[in-house]
Amino acid sequence: MSDEKKLPLRTALAASVSRTAAALSRATGRGDGSVIGGRIGMMIDPQLLAHLAEGRQIALVSGTNGKTTTTRFTAAAVGVLGEVATNSFGANMPTGHTSALARAGSTRYAVLEVDEHYLAQVIAATRPLVVALLNLSRDQLDRAKEVAMMAQLWREALAAYPAIHVVANADDPMVVYATGAHPPAEVTWFSAGQRWQDDSHVCPACGGHIERTEDGGWACAGGDLSRPEPQWRLSGGKISSPDGATHEVKLQLPGTVNLGNAATALAVAARFGVKPEDAGPRLATVSSVAGRYAQVERDGRRIRLLLAKNPASWLEAFDMADEAPTLLSINARDPDGLDTSWLYDVDFSPLRGRQVLVTGDRAMDLAVRLEVNAVPFSHVKTFGEAVASVPPGRLEVIANYTAFQDIRAELDRVL
Amino acid sequence: MSSELQIVWVYPDLLSTYGDRGNMLILQRRAQARGIPAATVEVRSDQPLPSQGDIYLLGGGEDGPQALAAQRLIADGALRRAAGNRSVIFAVCAGYQLLGGSFYAKGERCTGLDLLDLTSDRGPSRAVGELAGDVDPGLGLPPLTGFENHGGRTHLGPGVKPLVHVTTGVGNDGVTEGAWSNTILGTYAHGPALARNPALADLLLRWATGEDRLEPIDDTWPDRLRAERLLAVGR
Repeated sequence: MSDEKKLPLRTALAASVSRTAAALSRATGRGDGSVIGGRIGMMIDPQLLAHLAEGRQIALVSGTNGKTTTTRFTAAAVGVLGEVATNSFGANMPTGHTSALARAGSTRYAVLEVDEHYLAQVIAATRPLVVALLNLSRDQLDRAKEVAMMAQLWREALAAYPAIHVVANADDPMVVYATGAHPPAEVTWFSAGQRWQDDSHVCPACGGHIERTEDGGWACAGGDLSRPEPQWRLSGGKISSPDGATHEVKLQLPGTVNLGNAATALAVAARFGVKPEDAGPRLATVSSVAGRYAQVERDGRRIRLLLAKNPASWLEAFDMADEAPTLLSINARDPDGLDTSWLYDVDFSPLRGRQVLVTGDRAMDLAVRLEVNAVPFSHVKTFGEAVASVPPGRLEVIANYTAFQDIRAELDRVL
Repeated sequence: MSSELQIVWVYPDLLSTYGDRGNMLILQRRAQARGIPAATVEVRSDQPLPSQGDIYLLGGGEDGPQALAAQRLIADGALRRAAGNRSVIFAVCAGYQLLGGSFYAKGERCTGLDLLDLTSDRGPSRAVGELAGDVDPGLGLPPLTGFENHGGRTHLGPGVKPLVHVTTGVGNDGVTEGAWSNTILGTYAHGPALARNPALADLLLRWATGEDRLEPIDDTWPDRLRAERLLAVGR
């Protein structure tokens, strides 16, 4: 505890109680401790997060999709320099950040995943060295802020701290708009491809049309916004850095989207002084992220779990999945969002030709969607029934948030 | 209707927040299942709207895009001409509001297309959740099921009839939901509405084709979805 002597007494006490509560939560099986610890600590010292952040070099990672994986990659990359505090359970609100920093003790570095709604608050509390902005798209129709409003909030949050360096996605007009009031010298652009474009047909600056070209370029017809020239880019499976060098990064995680997340992590780590050639091998050690992409053997089936929580991430999951039997599972509980209409924003036709099974609380919504999409399927009542319905070999499982947790719990019980 | 049913999706760049593409896909599929050739056309808000469509679809949208869509539709004029030719118009949520005389977006009163005798303003709270009720007996449809998410309240004039008497949710004002007049029909229901209410999709197809009845098709999955959603709200 000697490292905490510099902290105000109240902060040291709060951090200590926070760790105890987290440990209790884990020991009693009530949770993984990543939220409760922070919540109790912040009741004792409301400035706890700011105090715990002092003296650390911090990167924040935010966006609608890919933030958990990018945070994991970035923490691995910055780890070249020394120990890194991170919220690896995906607890991405201020209580989770507080808990992660308290648990880690004194580290020189921290990489934190931040829920997009809390970015302004967490920037103010932690004064990061770098903020990475991945993307903004529709998520949880019944609750989330409008996409354009979110971009405006980000823009104001960044403009208030011109010294922070921003690593931002040049392919997403909403992210480019959000970065628009920041000093250009403090922005590094990356391009990692973007499948989902349906939330950025309209320019957030002027309401004009965003025109796109075959090669990934885009510009507002009104002239207010256009794609900046990226310094980091992913093309042909290789990552190129601002000096023009190309880097072949071998990942265990599947899909082009994860190569894009790796490129972003390298760009962020470079601001800490980490060379891509040093960081690359560390990214290859990441095999699953909070259970996502994890592979599990059961009854001769090699089961892989993919989380897809909104239309953009469904498109990415289809890209990652092998041509193999595929189980889709949908719930519409609070953490998922209650409105399932978004199923029609996803084109399921890439699944044609695969054996498709549907399950979950809202399997009937999926069934009607697949029928309209001319994708043959069958309905199974349980995960066990799904496993029994496919031949030995690969089974891909794509599920939204609580459906994913349900399946993970079922697999954990068996193993 | 000419040789092929024309289904026009109006301004998907502005009005497509709640899986609204689904209503278009379902109409096309249900027409084709009866041997009726059906084509879909997506018209962006910077393009002229055709006035010869058989069915026009308007979806949900955020405040800014809703106000912009109303301005551009008024300036374009084709939807008004299509309504005059008794084309079918099916509008959801923000699209439904902008068919009325006026609506509120971003705290300001906006002029609508005035194709339905109704006005919308802001309610005391946001209506979010399952929406269900009994459909106007004059339309001969089973109960409506949908999901609503809007901050508006809609007041019907004598020139329209309420689509639904609400048993769950808010709809227009907690009592009625949606409205219709001639071949124009609006609702707050997402789901999308036509996925959960195939009989409503068939009503629009009958209006557009002039057929009194359509061949039944296999509705096993939509019927199971309907039964589940109606059971969830105690019906």
